[in-house]
Amino acid sequence: MNQNNGMSLIVKTITRLLVGFILLYGIYIVLHGHISPGGGFAGGFIIALSYILLMLAFGKEEILRKVPQPMISFLESLGALMFLTIAVLGFFGGYFFSNWLPKGIPFKLLSAGTIPISNVALALLEVSLGLFGIFLVLVLLKFTPPKKEK
Amino acid sequence: MQFIPLLVILPLGAAFFISLAGKNKNKLCDIFSVIITFFLFALSLFFVFTTHNYTGALVYKVGGWGMPGGITLVLDGLSIFMLTIVNFIAFMVNIFSVNYMNRFSAKDKFYALFMLMVGGMNGVVITGDIFNLFVFYEIASIASYALVAFGTEKEELEASLKYTIIGVVGSLCILLAIAFLYAYTSTLNMANIASAIAQNGINSVIAFVSVLFIAGFGIKSAIVPFHAWLPDAHPAAPAPISAMLSGIFIKSLGIYTLCRIFYNVFGMNSGISQLFMFLGALSIIVGGLLALGQNDIKRLLGYSSVSQVGYIILGLGIGSPLAITGALLHLFNHSAFKSLLFLNSGAIEYATGTRDLEKLGGLRTKMPTTSATSLAASMSISGIPPFAGFFSKLLIIAACIKSGYVGYGILAIVGAILTISYILKFQKYTFFGQLKEINKNIREVPIFMKSSMIALSIICIFGAVLMMPKIADYFLKPAQESLTRGMKYSDLVTQALYEK
Repeated sequence: MNQNNGMSLIVKTITRLLVGFILLYGIYIVLHGHISPGGGFAGGFIIALSYILLMLAFGKEEILRKVPQPMISFLESLGALMFLTIAVLGFFGGYFFSNWLPKGIPFKLLSAGTIPISNVALALLEVSLGLFGIFLVLVLLKFTPPKKEK
Repeated sequence: MQFIPLLVILPLGAAFFISLAGKNKNKLCDIFSVIITFFLFALSLFFVFTTHNYTGALVYKVGGWGMPGGITLVLDGLSIFMLTIVNFIAFMVNIFSVNYMNRFSAKDKFYALFMLMVGGMNGVVITGDIFNLFVFYEIASIASYALVAFGTEKEELEASLKYTIIGVVGSLCILLAIAFLYAYTSTLNMANIASAIAQNGINSVIAFVSVLFIAGFGIKSAIVPFHAWLPDAHPAAPAPISAMLSGIFIKSLGIYTLCRIFYNVFGMNSGISQLFMFLGALSIIVGGLLALGQNDIKRLLGYSSVSQVGYIILGLGIGSPLAITGALLHLFNHSAFKSLLFLNSGAIEYATGTRDLEKLGGLRTKMPTTSATSLAASMSISGIPPFAGFFSKLLIIAACIKSGYVGYGILAIVGAILTISYILKFQKYTFFGQLKEINKNIREVPIFMKSSMIALSIICIFGAVLMMPKIADYFLKPAQESLTRGMKYSDLVTQALYEK
């Protein structure tokens, strides 16, 4: 790891300790979205914050080497497509967006049919990567405009 | 009936698919998006022909949930009318972009945003839930903010920023209005809101919400005090997007929502009606006068849109069946001729590289197709008798005089004269006169651009057949009836829901 990138050693060490917990908390909020307050959007936001913290502490080069920008856009589109696919599967089961999986027992983790899956698609891919992508674009200012060609 | 959600699923799915797999595959993106928009157009025609003798509405329960809690999709005459226009213009513009968008890189991003915009507009038109309407409204708006900035030059970014700020103020007005309405009626379903308002009557809350809605949707429909974004955003956007914005975007997001809310949810009253007429007449005159002074083709056409939208709002304000028929016919005609004029301006820019009227001239000999199609559109917009635009303006002016608003009728006639004068300016400086030395070597545009312009010009010439008795039953009459029905919308939707 290049010591010159990012912030000081103290920040890096603390970040390394904390970021796992933040990520875990985000995943917890997402997975319990259907039985407790929170859900896809809130959890996705926390996950995005953990990525952003990593980037602030270690510098953008370090992160971009591990997760290149095209991959972020790809996964984000995949998340949106997954969410739509779940809704369309409901369309074939009767109604658009209908909850076609067995509902299970209320307040158990594995219950509520398609809602946890939609939450995961929304949070892990769409919201978290979308927000991270926006942050990345703002940070990079690596402006590659679609140029006019005459 | 089962196929109603496809109108939203297909464009959204296409948008995500193109952004996933379309990178550097321009041919694939072209074919895929043309197929999708064609299918959407065919689907809306299918609804036109299957529902014309059905007086009620088609209701679809999203997720199988019923009315007070769930989201419903409602198709009545007006929705089908708007859907057909939106998907037809989207299909034409998509064919045009196959050639035109080769001037830009990142064609896949263009198509992804374009599909999002079409999906948002279809969603606004078919939804029966006011918050769902807001969500689709935002999808279409945000896609359009990005599309206006698509050239990413200084001028485009500035226009997009201005448009975004004004648009966001409008969206916030609408969101605030929806919050008030929800607090007052405890429901978000438009049919339920309508019946709650019918029971409690109009009071100060509804008056305040009406003001917020007029400001919010007025910004999108570009009627005069709210029109500042339009003359900047239209020239900055790529030509197909200008055609979309002017042809259908300001209508499905602005005028459709205004008449749905004020006719079917709140119920038309004399105050709103007077306000609509005043704003409409103001738009006609101010838009026309401002258009006269422009030298940029697209800016001239943008101000012309402000003026023509004024006619539609004026007709909706009068509110008699004749005036509503005229307004809807003018909406249809305007979407055809204004999209065509913007596509013509795109073709001129494609061939000569400029949009400045003073640098053009004599293009009639070099670009015969563009010249002929633009002549058809110009005749239609300025209301020359056999063309479609004449009949819609005639209906609106006749309705003005018949309902006793002779002053507004005279203003509408003055507006028609202004229209002829700025359109003559556009024609004279572009296609007639001397050919400039720098334009000696230009050529006519490629085949796809030509074909979509020709198709639209046929609509401009024969658009008036929609008024003929047998044909009107399919398309124009159901739309007009669903507006004149007014507050019975609520009963209709409830009835349709419990029949199933």
